[in-house]
Amino acid sequence: MTDILRVNGLSKSYGNQIGCADVCFDVYPGEVLGIVGESGSGKTTLLRCLAGHLEADGGSVEFVLRDGVRRDTLTMDEAERRQLGRTDWAFVHQNPRDGLRMAISAGGNIGERLMAIGDRHYGNIRATATSWLERVEIDPARIDDRPSTFSGGMQQRLQIARNLVTAPRLVFMDEPTGGLDVSVQARLLDLLRGLVAELGIAVIIVTHDLAVVRMLADRMMVMRRGKVVESGLADQVLDDPSHEYTQLLVSSALQV
Amino acid sequence: MNQIMQTAETGPSTDSAKAAGGEAYNFAYLDEQTKRMIRRALLKALAIPGYQVPFASREMPMPYGWGTGGVQVTAACLLPDDCLKVIDQGADDTTNAVSIRRFFQRTAGVQTTEVTGEATLIQTRHRIPETELVAGQILVYQVPIPEPLRFLEPRETETRKMHALEEYGLMHVKLYEDISQHGHIATAYSYPVKVEGRYVMDPSPIPKFDNPKMHGSSAIQLFGAGREQRIYAIPPYTRVHSLDFDDYPFEPMRADQTCALCGAEDSYLDEVIMDDEGTRMFVCSDTDYCGGRLEAGHEGQQGDAT
Amino acid sequence: MLSVSNLEKSFHLHQQNNAHIPVLSGAQFDVAAGECVALTGPSGCGKSSLMRMIYGNYRADSGSIRISGTDVVTATPREVMALRRGTIGYVSQFLRVLPRVPTLRVVAEPYILAGGNEAEAEEIARELLLRLRIPETLWQLSPLTFSGGEQQRVNIVRGFVHPYPVLLLDEPTASLDSANRDSVLDLIVEAKQRGAAVIGIFHDALVRDAVADREIDVSLFGGN
Repeated sequence: MTDILRVNGLSKSYGNQIGCADVCFDVYPGEVLGIVGESGSGKTTLLRCLAGHLEADGGSVEFVLRDGVRRDTLTMDEAERRQLGRTDWAFVHQNPRDGLRMAISAGGNIGERLMAIGDRHYGNIRATATSWLERVEIDPARIDDRPSTFSGGMQQRLQIARNLVTAPRLVFMDEPTGGLDVSVQARLLDLLRGLVAELGIAVIIVTHDLAVVRMLADRMMVMRRGKVVESGLADQVLDDPSHEYTQLLVSSALQV
Repeated sequence: MNQIMQTAETGPSTDSAKAAGGEAYNFAYLDEQTKRMIRRALLKALAIPGYQVPFASREMPMPYGWGTGGVQVTAACLLPDDCLKVIDQGADDTTNAVSIRRFFQRTAGVQTTEVTGEATLIQTRHRIPETELVAGQILVYQVPIPEPLRFLEPRETETRKMHALEEYGLMHVKLYEDISQHGHIATAYSYPVKVEGRYVMDPSPIPKFDNPKMHGSSAIQLFGAGREQRIYAIPPYTRVHSLDFDDYPFEPMRADQTCALCGAEDSYLDEVIMDDEGTRMFVCSDTDYCGGRLEAGHEGQQGDAT
Repeated sequence: MLSVSNLEKSFHLHQQNNAHIPVLSGAQFDVAAGECVALTGPSGCGKSSLMRMIYGNYRADSGSIRISGTDVVTATPREVMALRRGTIGYVSQFLRVLPRVPTLRVVAEPYILAGGNEAEAEEIARELLLRLRIPETLWQLSPLTFSGGEQQRVNIVRGFVHPYPVLLLDEPTASLDSANRDSVLDLIVEAKQRGAAVIGIFHDALVRDAVADREIDVSLFGGN
C-alpha cells in the first residue's frame, strides 16, 4: 500500500500572520488523520489549502489519481482541481448549511454530484439517492423534503451522503460534529467510522474535540501557531503526549 | 451576419437618420459609438454561441422589463432598408409591441410589417413565430434574466466559473426537482438549452414548445438583457439541445386543442377566458400566423366566441 | 515471540514544574510462543506502562521491543497499526468504545479489522459472548450501558475474538465472579495452547498461579 496524498512544506500566511507553516505528512487509503489544535492554530487554514479552497504560498500537495499518476494539486489548473472536487475529493463542512443546498430536496442534494459527473438517468439517480439515505440512517420517505426541515444531525448525515455518493477517495472534514448535540455526535461518528472502513476512504479530519480523534483517527497531528508540534499514532499522542503544548491540550480536556 | 459585419465597420450614413423624420435623434435612437460597442458584443456572442457577453447597457426611454435589451440590440442591427416586425407573446398588436414598433418608426424611419415572412428583423418577447424563419432574418429576443443558473446559484462569480468550466450538474438538479415534485419536467418556459454542445443558455421565457425551433435555424438569433447588461446569440444552423434525462426526455408542450379561429393543430395556443362562467377559448398565440391561415380559408370551430 | 531489551521510559511533564518521572530502565526479557508471563510488582512500579509500551500506546525513550520482526520502539505509526490489527491483542482495564454501537458489533470489530469476514466474526463473537455469560438480550445494546463486570467481559471478548499471536492482559479478571473468572482462565489456557505469547498483570494470586508459567518483577526495572 502506498500513500494517496503526500504534503510537503505546505505554507500559507496572511500578511505577517502565519496561517500554517512547513506542514509535511502523508495519508494512505483507508486511513483517518486527525488534526487538532485550538482556534487559530491554523488547522482549518491547512485543510482549506489542502482542498484547494485557499491558495497556498508554497509547498506541494501531491495526490495520486485513479490511474496512479501523482499530481501536485497546487499547480493544477482550476478546472482540473474542481473536477477532482466533484469526483475523488469531498469536503464536509462544520455547518451543514455550507455544504448543502437548503432550497433543494434531499434527493437533489445527493444527486447533484452524480449529475455533475454526467449521470443523466433520473431513475438511477433517485435509486442511488434512496440507498444513500438509508445508509446514513435517514428515512427514504423524506427524499423529497428540503434539508431545512431536517434536524441538525440529519442535515450533517445528509451532507455526508451528498459527499460520499460519488465514492471519493479522499474526504476533508472540518469539525463535522462541531454543532451537534452530544447524543447525535456518537451516532455520526459511528456512521463515519463504518463508512470509512467499508469504503476504504482516506479522511483528513480537523477538530478541536480530542474525543473525536480518539474514536475516529488512526494518526493525528497537533498544531499550534501554524506549525505541527507533534504527530503520531492517535492514542499514543493522546495517552503519552511529549510536546509541552500537547500535554497542556490533553490535560485540559474534560474527563467524563 | 453580413449586415452586422458591415455596420460594425462603417455604420449607416447619418443622412438616412436625418431623413427619418428630421428629428434630433440619431438613426435608431442610439449614438453610433454605442451601436459600435453593442455590435462588437454581438459579434463576440455569435462567435461563442450561448456565451453571455457583458455590454454597457444604456438607459432607454422605456422602463426596464419593457425590452430595453432587445431594443438596444435591434437599434444596433437596424439598417435603413430593414423591415421590422415586433411581437409580444406572439401578437403584433399588444401595447409593448406597438410602442416598440412606433419607436423605431420614429427614430429610424424603417418599414414595419406584421408578416413574419416580410420582416428582415423581428424583435420578440416570449415567442418564436410559427412561420419558419429563413436565412437573412434576424430574431431579437428580449431577456429578463440571462443567467440560467441564477436561481440555483446566486453568486455571479460562481456561475461564471461554472460556465467556464462546464459545470452544469446543477442545471439537471433543477430538472430533477421538477420530476420529483411533479412527476415530469414541469418547467414550461425558459427551458434551459445547451448550445452547440458547450454553453447552457436561458432561451428567455419562450414556451418550451418553441425550443425546437431554435435548433438549426437559418436565422440569426440574438438575445439582449438590458437590466442585466448581457448579450448572447445563436448563429444560424447551430445545435440547440433542450436539457433532459434519458428516462424523461424533453417534450415540447402545447394545449391539446385546435385554434378556435383558424383551426391550426400545430401552433402554440393561448387560453382566453371569455366570461365570468369560465368559458374558455384557445387561439393561436401568433396573430400573424393565425391571420394568414384565416386568409387562406382555414376555419376553426369558433363556437360562440364571436 | 516477543523480546524486550534495554527498555527505558520516563515521563517529562512540562505543565507540572517540568517534572521528570522515571518509569523503567534496563527492562529486559523474552516471552516465547505458548508461554504466559505475569508482570508483578507493587502498584506504580510500571507494569501497566510496560504493557502499554509493548502495545505502542506509550513511547519508549530507548531500547527495543521486538515482535515478529518489528521493533515497536522505532516502528512507524503504520507499522504499529499493522501489528495491532493482526498480531497484538490488548485487553485494557477499561472499555473504550463509541457510544451507541451494539455490543455484538463492538466485539466482532477486531476480527473484521484483522481481515476476517463479517459473518464469521459475528459467529465467533456470539460464541464468546455466551461463554462469558453476556445475556443475548444485551447484544444489541451498547456495552457502555452495562455494569462494570459486563463491560470488562465485553473487553475481554474483544481481545480474544481474533487469534492474536501476542496477548496483553491488564487485570482481565479484576471484577469478575468465580464462574466468569474460570471462563477467562480457560480462554487464556486455550490461547497458550494455540501458541500465543501471553503477558498479563494479575493481582489475584490464584489466577496468576493458574495460568502464568513465570513471573517478571517489574520493580526490578524501576527507574534509576
